[in-house]
Amino acid sequence: MEKPSAVGRVGKVVAIVVIAVLTIYPFLTVISTSLSDSTDIANANGLVLFPLHPTLAAYQTIFAGGVVTAALLRSIVITVVGTILSLAATVGMAYGLSRRDLVFGKFILLVALFTMLFSPGIIPSFLMVKQLGLLDSYASLILPVLISAFNLVVVRSFFMNLPQELFEAARIDGAGDFRILSTIVLPLSKGVLAVVGLFYAVAYWNAFFNAMLYLDSDKWPLAMILRQYVLLGSPLNTATAGEISAPSQAIQMAVVVISLVPILLVYPFLQKYFTKGVLTGAVKG
Amino acid sequence: MSSYSQSVADDGTRSETTRPAVEDRASRRAREHAARPTVRKKTLWQRIKRDKVMLLLIAPGFVYFVLFHYLPLPGNIIAFENYQPYLGFINSSWAGLDNFVSIFADATFWQALRNTLVITSLQLVLFFPVPIMLALLLNNIVSGKVRKFVQSVVYLPHFLGWVIVVSIFSQVLGASGVVPNLLHMLGLPQWDAMTTPWFFPILVTIQEIWKDTGWGTIIFLAALMNIDQELYEAAAVDGAGPWSRLWKITIPGIMPVIILLFILNLGSILSVGFEQIVLQRNNVGPGAGEVLDTWVYFHGIQDGQWGPAAAVGLVKGVVGLALVLGANKVAHWFGQEGVYSSGK
Repeated sequence: MEKPSAVGRVGKVVAIVVIAVLTIYPFLTVISTSLSDSTDIANANGLVLFPLHPTLAAYQTIFAGGVVTAALLRSIVITVVGTILSLAATVGMAYGLSRRDLVFGKFILLVALFTMLFSPGIIPSFLMVKQLGLLDSYASLILPVLISAFNLVVVRSFFMNLPQELFEAARIDGAGDFRILSTIVLPLSKGVLAVVGLFYAVAYWNAFFNAMLYLDSDKWPLAMILRQYVLLGSPLNTATAGEISAPSQAIQMAVVVISLVPILLVYPFLQKYFTKGVLTGAVKG
Repeated sequence: MSSYSQSVADDGTRSETTRPAVEDRASRRAREHAARPTVRKKTLWQRIKRDKVMLLLIAPGFVYFVLFHYLPLPGNIIAFENYQPYLGFINSSWAGLDNFVSIFADATFWQALRNTLVITSLQLVLFFPVPIMLALLLNNIVSGKVRKFVQSVVYLPHFLGWVIVVSIFSQVLGASGVVPNLLHMLGLPQWDAMTTPWFFPILVTIQEIWKDTGWGTIIFLAALMNIDQELYEAAAVDGAGPWSRLWKITIPGIMPVIILLFILNLGSILSVGFEQIVLQRNNVGPGAGEVLDTWVYFHGIQDGQWGPAAAVGLVKGVVGLALVLGANKVAHWFGQEGVYSSGK
């Protein structure tokens, strides 16, 4: 392409800067507010860009024990266990369905794909969870959302595009289907598993509605705590309430930051893979 | 798609191996020789035995789909019952169409339907074009490094949950946020965008734009990459400026994707981001904040009106499925592949 006009170039730069600022600014203000003391927050008129008197009081309050710490641990466990189970179920099903002439293969695939088009509805799903005796159990956060048909399609199409000669060779060497999965397929699929694992982990970390439906408040994950104390404004019960005088707004934003951090941490590592993953899904699914 | 045609070909060769009745010995021997390496003709039982490991690996996922996506479907029967949780849906008495009559006579149901349609239409008009524009802009960034950086930034909000997004928005727009304070400094009334009912559809659209614009560019960027670069060079040689190249090459090049996605979005016009709305419905009250899904949740699970709530859910589900299938049909009609023909 030849040189664009000067006006066009300036316009582009301005547009990009505006978009970047609009995206980044909210993160910045949330993090800064969580680190500020009450006078900073009061003086800033809501525009906390940088903590003038940085303090970790809000985080000390939160981590002194109590509701947030417990919810944080719960969320971590749910996310880790859920992601492992979801990945295992997805990989198993995708691998099985990647065999081209699998017995009942077409039927099973249709059963899975058709779920992209409809949902049974909130009430029937609720009654099913209740029927299975999963109400007020952590399993109710994982089992009803175990596999996403979209992720299944992504993994299956990846498996199908692996060079089939490798499988033939292994089969001649006497490897069974499970051996082929564990020694050939999985090592070749690290990228796609990273993407799909990220999708599952983020979904488990962010989920709150199933917790709202199925769980009592003593089992709530972090996302529900966030809703309760930041959005609904309920007072936060912490072990040391009153001792450390962190401003309530800073504490609220500290809870937001804690919910953000895991996502910000995994994001750069997995980012390089996910465009590819989504595209396979979009093209094949 | 490729796997589908492959398996059809397999079936074809398999049926050809059935042996003709009259055949001379030499050619039969030759056939057997050729056929031996691919012992194809297998009974169902033999195929199950051959695939047993695969079927075992599939089993947990298959059970999941049946248990949580298909078995709950008959539960919709409570839409036709005076459902009482302690009686269960076998012993509850029949209501016929009473639940449907009562919801269609209920003003709050029509309000929720109207709110749903207002929000989804607004998102179709205001949200839908934004990722296309951003993709065009990103596509125009010559420096690879800058483009990568901007992409990393704009994809990020997609990974935040709605609780986090709404928390961030109430920090910026809410009573003590920047916007009301800025308005105050300008001598205007301190306006709280988070709790203003008339603004609600616009608010949720803005949140949607902030969260998912970047993510939405991915598919358009892919479409842009598929445009033949030689077209641009040829056009430049012929003296076409940047604008005419945009309108004559780029836009027509991605038009099929735009039309396809627009039609599919039309198909989901009854579905609005449930998590996003349920978090904010009480800020503005049910008059502006109730959508079909939240109606089902608040009337059914919160208030125990199981029958009417299931009826609304069923109406929404059936009409929604019809719309999605219809949208797919139309998309096919435009010569594109819809969602439900692919992946097979």
